[in-house]
Amino acid sequence: MDIATHVFSALYQFGDAFAFLVLSACGLAVIFGMMGVINLAHGEFIMCGAYVTAATVHAGLPLPLGILAGTLVSALVGVVVELAVIRHLYDRPLDTIVATWGLSLIATQGTLIMVGSTMAGVGTPFGSFQVGDYSYSIYRIVLFCAALGVLAALYALFNWTRFGVLARATIQVPHMAAALGVDTRLIYSLTFACGAGLAGLAGGLYAPTMTLVPTMGATFIMEAFVTVVIGGADVFLGTAPAGTVLAVVKSAMTSWQGQLFGQIGLLVAVIIVVRVLPKGISGFVLRERT
Amino acid sequence: MTGLLAMFRRLEGPQTAGRGPAFWGLFALVLAVALAYPLFSDGYTVGNTVYFFVWVFIALSLCLIWGYGGSLSFGQTAFFGIAGYGYGILTINFGSAYGFTLVALVAAVAIAALFAVLLGYFMFFGRIAGVFLGIVTLAVTLMLERFMAQTAGPEWHIGTARLNGFNGMSAMPPLTIPWPGEPIVLFADVGLYYLVLGLLVFVYLALRILMNSSFGNVIVAIRENPERAEMLGYDIRKYQLITFVIGAALAGLSGVLYTVWGQYITPSSMGMTAAALPLIWVAVGGRSDLTSTVIGTLVVLAAFQALTIYGSQYALVFMGVLLVLTVLIAPNGLVLGVMNWLGRIATRLTQRAG
Repeated sequence: MDIATHVFSALYQFGDAFAFLVLSACGLAVIFGMMGVINLAHGEFIMCGAYVTAATVHAGLPLPLGILAGTLVSALVGVVVELAVIRHLYDRPLDTIVATWGLSLIATQGTLIMVGSTMAGVGTPFGSFQVGDYSYSIYRIVLFCAALGVLAALYALFNWTRFGVLARATIQVPHMAAALGVDTRLIYSLTFACGAGLAGLAGGLYAPTMTLVPTMGATFIMEAFVTVVIGGADVFLGTAPAGTVLAVVKSAMTSWQGQLFGQIGLLVAVIIVVRVLPKGISGFVLRERT
Repeated sequence: MTGLLAMFRRLEGPQTAGRGPAFWGLFALVLAVALAYPLFSDGYTVGNTVYFFVWVFIALSLCLIWGYGGSLSFGQTAFFGIAGYGYGILTINFGSAYGFTLVALVAAVAIAALFAVLLGYFMFFGRIAGVFLGIVTLAVTLMLERFMAQTAGPEWHIGTARLNGFNGMSAMPPLTIPWPGEPIVLFADVGLYYLVLGLLVFVYLALRILMNSSFGNVIVAIRENPERAEMLGYDIRKYQLITFVIGAALAGLSGVLYTVWGQYITPSSMGMTAAALPLIWVAVGGRSDLTSTVIGTLVVLAAFQALTIYGSQYALVFMGVLLVLTVLIAPNGLVLGVMNWLGRIATRLTQRAG
């Protein structure tokens, strides 16, 4: 064991934690940052993505296409949910939390009734490689790259496309955007679908690494919420740095005391950060800039 | 003496529905029926009714924090669990002699309240409000559940009490009142019924007085407009923290009584589903009033139990649908809507008569 293997091991664990935090949080962050809506059914969108991915892979599709299918189905479900429920509650943020919680209850229990208590998983692809005495899964590296890719794609989407410009205009001053001819309801629907799709993507990407149970969403949401709370309302200034900081805390605590203490570390971090920076990292950065 | 009278005058006021001889007559009638009820029923049904009553306390705590205070907390089940485990650990270690179970009840509620002071300090003095408060309290609740669920090993014990991980703790002594001759043991039937009923009436009336006092008016003012309340010179953080701690103590009381009732407590009583249920009762009942919360909780619980007999899997789906529909169609709650409607009819009738 030399220093290099230790460093690699720490980096690998950091990357793993970072990917998990960013992938599970970005869908939530898009919806919260753009619409001010906290989607408590976020975990169930992730579960939906994972289930669809597993189902399509079992049906014979290759994994990447399965993940794509999971993403698209989640986004479609997102559109339906937005039209049926969320749309009517934009001026009542606390009620959206309650309503989406109701949806999450329906989704978890509905899946349990329809699909059963567990679903056959998908094997982790790519195998593993050896550094020093330990072997590492290649798929975890793929997940890390996927997290970076998602952040880059979101940046491109919101800065360089027409939809991104319209969405940001709608977020800043909704009635002004509406007066200029932007269909703000459509923008909200698409943004919600985008967030739901990102949740589905996270589910699809992690489907090969976990057991598929109806309550699997709960494994993601705590990390997702913590990242969004610490990050604040902006996806790029918030989620990415929050993911980095929290990944350091989580991987350090996990390798020191185990999985549970990693999560406790996250919780303590969030309680301290909200005391110091109530608007999260992005609120802090934006205030410094103006 | 006049102070006491003034306090009783606070039983009715702008923050609570129901006033006048008609309301209190009905209240006395319901109370009389509740007192006589065990005489006409069997031990099992009475025990089941105690189970319903136990949940009313946590519903009232949520009504206080969410309905009156305007801050949505998912942490009530966390306080419920902390107090429940607290009672278990204390009584398993020290037994039930000399009325210690009653001391343990108070101590367990105090532990939950202390935890709320700590958590509430960070939240309210960090000026977290709205949706963030919900998320932080939810994260704390889920964390506690995960923590308790992994305490299966023999190294997790406090004194002689094993925490037992996912299976939870059991076999703690029931509430025992020391009595000359033979101590009275309150098992989950008639004895416990009268104790819980007494506590319930006391808490309900005390909360009515509290909410109609100047403290309650400030709490409602903060819900309506925090900035305005602050400009009027109130330190809203203190008021919010106090409300939060009172709510936590009530949720803790619920947890202790639940542990006493079933003589067990498990981590899943702090899980997602457990945290969702009080929210459903309070939302469906009508979160901004104490009476509608009590009625709503009892009605929804009874409906849930009836549904569970036919298909427990579908009962939860039904509860979710009920919650979503309530939020969409009757955001103020179904029971409160009916109560207001009855109130309007009553006024119209008295006007016509007069």
